[in-house]
Amino acid sequence: MDLLDRGRMIRVSGGLLFLLLLSVIGCAFLGPVPIDFSQVIRFSGSNPDADILFRARLPRVLLGVAVGGGLASCGVVLQAMLRNPLACPQVLGVSAGASLGGILGLIFLSSRLFFGGQTLLGEISGVPLASFAGALLSMILIYRISLIHGRIHPYQLLLSGVIFNAFVSAVIMFLNSIVDFYQAQGILFWLMGSLSTRAYLTVAFIWIYVLAGFFWLWWHGLSLNLITLGEEAAMQLGVDVAKVQRQLFLASSLIVGAMVSVSGMIGFVGLMIPHVMRRMVGSDHRILLPASFLAGAIFLSWADTLARVLFAPAELPVGIITAFFGGPFFLFLLYRGERKKVSL
Amino acid sequence: MNPAIEIRDLTFSYGDKSVLQGVSFSVSQGEMVGLLGPNGSGKTTLLKILSMVLAGKGGVKLNGREIQNYGRRELSRLVAVVPQENQVNFPYTVAEMVSMGRASLHGPFSLEGKKDLEIIRESMRLTDTLLFADRYFHELSGGEKQRVIIARALAQEPQILLLDEPSSFLDIRHQLELLELVRKLNREHGLTVLSALHDLNLASLFFPRILILRDGVVCQDGPPQDVLTPEVIHQVYGVEVRVFLDATTGRPIIFI
Repeated sequence: MDLLDRGRMIRVSGGLLFLLLLSVIGCAFLGPVPIDFSQVIRFSGSNPDADILFRARLPRVLLGVAVGGGLASCGVVLQAMLRNPLACPQVLGVSAGASLGGILGLIFLSSRLFFGGQTLLGEISGVPLASFAGALLSMILIYRISLIHGRIHPYQLLLSGVIFNAFVSAVIMFLNSIVDFYQAQGILFWLMGSLSTRAYLTVAFIWIYVLAGFFWLWWHGLSLNLITLGEEAAMQLGVDVAKVQRQLFLASSLIVGAMVSVSGMIGFVGLMIPHVMRRMVGSDHRILLPASFLAGAIFLSWADTLARVLFAPAELPVGIITAFFGGPFFLFLLYRGERKKVSL
Repeated sequence: MNPAIEIRDLTFSYGDKSVLQGVSFSVSQGEMVGLLGPNGSGKTTLLKILSMVLAGKGGVKLNGREIQNYGRRELSRLVAVVPQENQVNFPYTVAEMVSMGRASLHGPFSLEGKKDLEIIRESMRLTDTLLFADRYFHELSGGEKQRVIIARALAQEPQILLLDEPSSFLDIRHQLELLELVRKLNREHGLTVLSALHDLNLASLFFPRILILRDGVVCQDGPPQDVLTPEVIHQVYGVEVRVFLDATTGRPIIFI
């Protein structure tokens, strides 16, 4: 009888955490400009190697870690809650909703309230908050539309997600064509999904949002196991489903909102990582959640490194890299699900 | 001793459609009761009310206490449910499925302890599922799945077991095995059983007491030989049948 025990929890999380540390160090050292380690530790007045490492690369890698982990853990939770292995923030249009919220926030909040475009205060509070509202509203909308006679209808869910996604993208493009040039540049970045270097304070705030959201989700790990069995079964096994669902919606919206406000719509991490990790560590959400967080963080930090070095000095948006991996993966899942009659 | 289940004048409707219109009956502790009735007569609804998935109007008492005074966690330690179908989209192993019966006893972040493992193992032993503990639930046959679900129900250590047509997707051998298991749990472990059923003969064979729901009320209540008569079956299901009493068991056998 093979059940989750403390030893496996520690082995899996510890191993992945170690890989993540190696990845953070590796990714920070890789880039178009080579960094000489012996120069970095030479503490003197002007030190270009240390500047590149600590001012340009490390905050970006740390941001990627938070975003990748957040995306993957939201993917896990959405898939469990909607009992649909194809759910993830991007497919369902939750990321798009968050983007729209963030863009509206960017246009109205930061210019009106915080004077002069993108101030730091706007960046760490106003825009993430607007993205959070956008994510939450889209999540509730999609959920309500797919709920037929108390059950989530899988085709309804994917269809409404796709349509909602297209609609919101159109609204964003519309906004893009009526705002001024500088704002339009910002919106385009949002649509493509990309990581760029931010101030440590911003990175710290995103980390706080994402980690708070993640632990909130993890708190409900055991309930998530039961919710994947169906709402009625979960209730009969003692879960207050409505209450847990509300909290999961809030927590994952918090994560999506925070991430989207700094990275735009990065797709497919939330779809792929949970699948891969489910195969590796099983479906018990008490371990699946932390394992997916760490694996998502590792994956996105390497994807972003690839985006930086592939056509250096030019830089690809990381969303393109993740889509290159994720698009075929998604189609493969659909194809195999249809063949093996696995209910999606 | 309080009755395990006590229902007084229970009504329920889905929107305008009234399903239960004043159901009253009680089940003593340790009884094994079969619930019959045509499709749409409210059997499933009744079981859902007893497990607090739905809320009806009227009095429902479990072990002498109003059901609305139970918390969901607390109720899951008293009442376990074996539903009709069990479609699971995620790859859980059998042991993981059974362990979910213990979930309501755990706080966040905690894992199954020694006592949990013992109870999980014992539940699987009783249901003969230990052999495939590490196989995936969704790869099992219908009969095996149903036994795993019963093991999960037992892991809840309930006093009342509710079953919703537990044998409807099984072949005749698995139907018999399943009901024999339920009878064993009832006799040897004192579990109170209330099971919705379709098959009149299986109901007659296994259940000492039968309730028939029709048009939202209990229209018959008694031992099989009193309840399963050609007149009653005609009145409830609208079909003509012949009924013989089995010489060895004294239970009625229904011929179509």
